[in-house]
Amino acid sequence: MAQTVATQGAASIAKGGGRMKFIVGGLLIIAAIVYLIATSTQSTAQYFFTIQEIKERGASVAGKNVRVSGAVIGDSIQYDAQKLELRFTVASVPADQKEIDAQGGLAAVLKTAVNDPNAARMEVIYVGVKPDLMKGEAQAIMDGHIDENGLFHANTLLMKCPTRYEGDLPTPAAP
Amino acid sequence: MTLTLGLTSLFLAFACAIYAAVAAIVAAQRKLNAWIDSARNAAMLTWPLLTLAALSIITLIVQGHFEVEYVYRVSSLSMPWYLRVTALWGGQAGSLLFWSWLMSAFASAAMLRRWDRDRSLMPYVIAVTMITLAFFLSLTLFVENPFNRLWQSNFGGEPTPALFQPANTVPFAPRDGQGLNPLLRHPGMIIHPPMLYLGFVSFVVPYAFAIAALIIGRTDDEWIRTTRRWTLVGWLFLSLGLILGGRWAYDVLGWGGYWGWDPVENAALLPWLTGTAFLHSVIIQEKRGMLKKWNMVLIILTYALVIFGTFLTRSGVLSSVHAFAQSAIGPLFFAFIGVTFVASMTLLFNRWEALSSETELDSLLSREAAFLLNNLLFIGIAFATLWGTIYPLITETLHEIGIYLNIAPLMAIEKVTVGPPYYNRVNGPLLLALVLLMGVAPLVAWRKASARSLGRLMWIPAALTVPALIAFYFLGAKTPVALLGYGIAAFVGLTTLSEFVRGVMARMRLGENPFGALITLAARNRRRYGGYTIHLGVVVMAFGVIGSNFFQVETQATLAKGETLTVGGFTMRFDSVVNFPTEDQRDVIRATVSVFDSSGAQIATLHPRRDFFIDSGQPMTIPGVRSTLGEDFYVLLVDWQPIGASGATFKVYVNPLINLVWMGGLIFILGTLIAAWPDADEAKRYAAAPVRTAASVAGAD
Repeated sequence: MAQTVATQGAASIAKGGGRMKFIVGGLLIIAAIVYLIATSTQSTAQYFFTIQEIKERGASVAGKNVRVSGAVIGDSIQYDAQKLELRFTVASVPADQKEIDAQGGLAAVLKTAVNDPNAARMEVIYVGVKPDLMKGEAQAIMDGHIDENGLFHANTLLMKCPTRYEGDLPTPAAP
Repeated sequence: MTLTLGLTSLFLAFACAIYAAVAAIVAAQRKLNAWIDSARNAAMLTWPLLTLAALSIITLIVQGHFEVEYVYRVSSLSMPWYLRVTALWGGQAGSLLFWSWLMSAFASAAMLRRWDRDRSLMPYVIAVTMITLAFFLSLTLFVENPFNRLWQSNFGGEPTPALFQPANTVPFAPRDGQGLNPLLRHPGMIIHPPMLYLGFVSFVVPYAFAIAALIIGRTDDEWIRTTRRWTLVGWLFLSLGLILGGRWAYDVLGWGGYWGWDPVENAALLPWLTGTAFLHSVIIQEKRGMLKKWNMVLIILTYALVIFGTFLTRSGVLSSVHAFAQSAIGPLFFAFIGVTFVASMTLLFNRWEALSSETELDSLLSREAAFLLNNLLFIGIAFATLWGTIYPLITETLHEIGIYLNIAPLMAIEKVTVGPPYYNRVNGPLLLALVLLMGVAPLVAWRKASARSLGRLMWIPAALTVPALIAFYFLGAKTPVALLGYGIAAFVGLTTLSEFVRGVMARMRLGENPFGALITLAARNRRRYGGYTIHLGVVVMAFGVIGSNFFQVETQATLAKGETLTVGGFTMRFDSVVNFPTEDQRDVIRATVSVFDSSGAQIATLHPRRDFFIDSGQPMTIPGVRSTLGEDFYVLLVDWQPIGASGATFKVYVNPLINLVWMGGLIFILGTLIAAWPDADEAKRYAAAPVRTAASVAGAD
């Protein structure tokens, strides 16, 4: 798109001595904008990983800005209301919607993940208010980074509860 | 009955749109005047038909026909009547119909107003608007039909939605519906989508005229003059929609802000950005006969982004490529955007030579060059925003292609997204540059300006900016970037005001009083002073945006009754909390807090609350706000322990200058109204041309 600007800007200027300075000026500005976009994309990028993928990548993802989702293990939830410190453990769930559907939907996937002792797990610390929906077998969607010890520091925490998942049609009550 | 009526009207409207488009094209090719009239009649018939279809849905919702899937999804028995009426645009299927209804209304209006004036353009205007309408109606009819009913299989299981009864099923009518998402039950949210949609469809009209001009090979700026007001109206509604959306987020979403660079917000911003660039660059074409191709590019881009925006605001496509693939609507939208974009650009390239400039650019220091820079910045911001919005889709698609074709470097691409920090880093400086340009450009002469004359116009505002900067510093703006922002905003505000002062003083020399001079000035040059008023609105908003972004303070704490917290010079005491149910199926938890200023005087009693919607199981956090020009004290009740426990948890924001955002928005809208208001002089110019009266046009039907 930016390229069109240059050619168009240039084309609309009839041949003459003034043309070159407009092209050069336009290109300089476009180059500055592209540079700004490229560097900002790189420095603010946020990666989507599953917990499984974080564990596989090990130290290489430490400190990186990551968005990750996992199934909350009910027994692990600890909340200090005075310090507003929430700690819990999440189990890996697939990110791929097809895979989730194949395993019988989000609720089933979360249940399996929590009860599977072999599923990759990750400890999380979040400083803030405990969300209403924070409970076992809920899905936690978190932005943050993992430290060298494998503890995930969540900056934001969103909960999704499959029982309240929109899009379900009503099932008629048995007669 | 109602359902059959609505469905039939919808289908007939679709048939009319297709017929109108085909007949208009045939008529134009073969010069058949009777066919053109027929095409126009068919096109104008779509509006009453779609009105019937929309009224049918509203009737079904109001009467609680939950056997209709759409009614079941967007309404419930506990909703008051006005929310049921507006539930028409509460979900995807209804929104598409509502969009089509507006599109049809605007297309009809364009045909009524301009029929005789631009006779040669009209067949293709009909064709373009009706093809767009037919596309949306085909989605409504064949993919997301709001008239689908629910059917229960004889073999059990979930009911399926379908238009006609599938084999082995019985009709199924739930006793109550799911209800409109509680977050959408807010006045701002009720009028926000219609405003955005009005803005979207208004931009289709200038696009249709542009394409018509390209097809018949007219290279003058007739299409721009004809559609100037449509463009301004579209722009006005888009601006209103964006401002209302921000206000809604601030009042309802409970995160203390008004703009989060969310994909859906970006979707509405993108056509606004290209539309704003278009509004500016057409001025050069009108004055100097330049940038003809570029204006075509801008309106084509705006149209593509309007369709893209309509699509994004109602689908979850950006969460994942997979979500995108699941809905049949996504690929259809992309195909339509792709086809119309390629077709439009092909038309443009065919006329490339004919659209050459009539004059040349002279100097880098000229109004023309300033407009070019303005366009470059707007398009830069639009591109950066589009890039950030679709970046997760790009990376994920490349990754999938890599897996599919087994290309290792592509497979190694991780799915990546970017958030608000990206937009702040890229768009922040570009917007600031744009604001600065906004102050300087109106002072620069056409063709060739001299630094000396520019200096003469700017030295007073520049000199006044210095004491303003010192004042900002001592008022607490000690961050260099914020100070730079304030300085630029102040300078631009002063230069814009100086333009008003110069105009008023010139008139006062003719013996008018200052106030009268201001009124005549604005009335005689609506476009110019309307534009300056918009610029002043932007300056006021800039102060608000800088203040609330750089100097927001927040804290959160769990308080027992009587305990206090302190933030940004304020002290807040938690007094009490009550819990009660309401008649419209909400469980309300309402806290009472007292706010004290730094001297210890009580300045407000606020009631932050949490409404729990029983039927949908969704909580909603409503802030308690003490609002003054200086700052908002914004408190949220985020958690509450029922009995005997530690008390309630609050999150508190102090947002400096945030009200300037809304006030600037109002000035902005006022300026747009001034610029778009019907102009007697313009009407006279048009009256000089032979035009039939509106009555005879209507009588011709």
